[in-house]
Amino acid sequence: MDLLQNLALGFQTASTLWNLLFCFIGVLLGTLIGVLPGIGATATIAMLLPITFQIGDPVGALIMLAGIYYGAQYGGSTTAILINMPGESSSAVTALDGYQMARKGRAGAALATAAIGSFVAGTVATGLVALFAPPLTAIALKFGAAEYFSLMIVGLVSSVALAHGSVVKAIAMVIIGLLLGLVGTDIYSGTPRFTFGIREYADGLNFVALAVGVFGIAEILRNLETDRTREVIVAKVSGLMPTRDELRRMVAPVLRGTALGSALGVLPGGGAILASFASYTLEKRVADNPSEFGQGAIQGVAGPESANNAGAQTSFIPMLTLGIPANPVMALMIGAMIIQGIVPGPNVAAEQPALFWGIIASMWIGNLMLVILNLPLIGLWVKLLTIPYYILFPIIMAFCSIGVYSVNSNVYDLFFVAFAGLAGYVFAKLRCEPAPLLLGFVLGPLLEENLRRAMILSRGDPTTFFTRPISAILLLIALAVLVVVFLPAVRRKREEVFVEEA
Amino acid sequence: MKKMWVAMLAAAAFAVPSVAGAQAYPERAVTIVVPFSAGGPTDTVTRLVAEAMAKDLGQQVLVENVGGAGGTLGAARVAEAEADGYTLLLHHIGMATSATLYRKLPYDPLNAFDYVGLVTEVPMTIVARKDFEPQDFKAFIEHVKANKDQVTVANAGIGAASHLCGMLFMSAIETPLTTVPYQGTGPAMTDLLGGQVDIMCDQTTNTTKQIQGGTVKAYAVTTPERLDVLPDLPTVTEAGLPALEVSVWHGLYAPKGTPPEVVERLSKSLQTALQDENVVARFGELGTTPSPQEDATPQALKAKLETEINRWRPIIEAAGVYAD
Repeated sequence: MDLLQNLALGFQTASTLWNLLFCFIGVLLGTLIGVLPGIGATATIAMLLPITFQIGDPVGALIMLAGIYYGAQYGGSTTAILINMPGESSSAVTALDGYQMARKGRAGAALATAAIGSFVAGTVATGLVALFAPPLTAIALKFGAAEYFSLMIVGLVSSVALAHGSVVKAIAMVIIGLLLGLVGTDIYSGTPRFTFGIREYADGLNFVALAVGVFGIAEILRNLETDRTREVIVAKVSGLMPTRDELRRMVAPVLRGTALGSALGVLPGGGAILASFASYTLEKRVADNPSEFGQGAIQGVAGPESANNAGAQTSFIPMLTLGIPANPVMALMIGAMIIQGIVPGPNVAAEQPALFWGIIASMWIGNLMLVILNLPLIGLWVKLLTIPYYILFPIIMAFCSIGVYSVNSNVYDLFFVAFAGLAGYVFAKLRCEPAPLLLGFVLGPLLEENLRRAMILSRGDPTTFFTRPISAILLLIALAVLVVVFLPAVRRKREEVFVEEA
Repeated sequence: MKKMWVAMLAAAAFAVPSVAGAQAYPERAVTIVVPFSAGGPTDTVTRLVAEAMAKDLGQQVLVENVGGAGGTLGAARVAEAEADGYTLLLHHIGMATSATLYRKLPYDPLNAFDYVGLVTEVPMTIVARKDFEPQDFKAFIEHVKANKDQVTVANAGIGAASHLCGMLFMSAIETPLTTVPYQGTGPAMTDLLGGQVDIMCDQTTNTTKQIQGGTVKAYAVTTPERLDVLPDLPTVTEAGLPALEVSVWHGLYAPKGTPPEVVERLSKSLQTALQDENVVARFGELGTTPSPQEDATPQALKAKLETEINRWRPIIEAAGVYAD
């Protein structure tokens, strides 16, 4: 059978001594970089591009870069859980319940949950990439502007579920996020919007800067307020591993998260971002006790973490089968391939089977390495929390600044971190959640861009959203979510959830 | 961050002995600013050239990505940088078009820089979704003209090469079409592959593999000669539309006031780099060629920039699109 032969070739390629070494270096570097707050995979891979020149062998170079990518996804969750500082859009959701778990002394369990969930998701998604890459690509290509628009509507409607305070405040935060997302050049007319004449904001505000500000810097400010009794210091760390009961509770969320993440990750542009948000919403909907969410629910870590890792793996599909980058990291990988003399395109699987299957096999090996690497490290990461705040906080701030600056070498991004930090502090005082704001910020531009593009393509005919089947189905799903939200019985239940802060 | 770069490079790269004594310049690493994000076509071109120039200069040549605002942020940074030959700019055709696209530039594209030389002129190809009916370029133009209300043209955003070429195409066939802008080449190409939009004109760096793979239909190449990698593809001139000859030319610049001997040294180094085996081979795979010796000179680049600013001004003004 072809698949077995191909996989055998892949594992053969990926398990040569050198490639195993590159894979290990990649996941190790990725984990370390991911753990440094603010520094993400994009900046790291950009920094390491010149080194791939020296490796000489394209397979090794790409295996290493891929390792950095999913290693950083892992590491990013670590900072989200420990210090409420998501480094990537996908780990913003992990911060919601992961950080609460950490505050309750369950940081170890949260980290282990993230690691195990990611491994399961990584394994399943790698299998999917191997088995179904071409058919999944065909589905992704069916997504035009109208479909993306409807998908974003589903995301937006579901976003209210992210809130665990007042719904009105959550909607307000989504709208603020949408508005912040409008900053920058309108791609249809070239007009700069809300940039105050600052050309550095012509391409919009930086997501990492916003996330680091409203989550991380705001958290630091809040902690400084409480004098020396910083809450982050966890007096009692009760067990590094999840309990048997916790393990049992995470099985279903991990599987659901994997399915969602794998499906959404294939969509270039925005799909992977939705995956973790969608998974969190889903888990909260199906949970026996939704009031636990936001207070340290293990499902709220397991689901989104699996989803984002599965999405990270399947986002390789458009690149491997079409030569099209699904996100900035994939664009860098394509750059690295070209430097190595391989121009990615639709024929890469046929022309370079060792490379294609080697990368796929290395993903699974890399995930295995990550789990082996990370489980023992959990104790070490948790110990970081015991570092006195007068040392830890300046270090966090310094790394955040380096990380944000390295994305575009843009000082104005740093000014925005400061602004977002202050705003985040005010939001915390007003008991407004930053997560819906981030979702609005990410979805807003996509929503607008695709709405207008769909209207251009349909020559101004709005029925395009209903006559295209996939789009129509997505809008029906959005409608169903709305109905569920406003159904009396459900509403009563939800009010129980929100009662404490309403 | 720069320190990290240097440290990492130093650790990973083999040490290159510097040519001490003979020349004062360069005494330390040279930085080439790319005004676009890492991983894109211009970035790739720069990294390939930088590696070869490093060999010749005997110093590291670092690539720094300062993306944003259609390449004008990076260009502005270099325009203001110290004119000592240690900060350079590698910019493409956008240097010429930004002079018109942006009405409030903080620098004067023609006078804020010293010229080092042309690097490469990347050909462009006119492609369509793979089930687009016309069989050759002549039929294509007729079809587009006859169906001007239906045909949609994708581009990667205002000021992008695909946007410029699209404008030129519409001006050459004297037929306005519906333009569909995207945020970058990736999503635009995805929609072309998925058949959501009809046509696009983009650099060979982005289209060659898709054409070879049969995922898009190619109609013509915008260079005077046919390409080695796509020998069956006719040129626009062969097909009777010479006004559509265009390339995404890349040039290397230094801030105004750089010592002439430094510019000369850089120019020589660029010429050497463009003959480097690896550079020639990689450029070839992307469907382009390094600029010939006589074009990798300050005079040639200056002349090119002047001509191109004048060529694009009326086209952009007629289209009435501005990026600020």
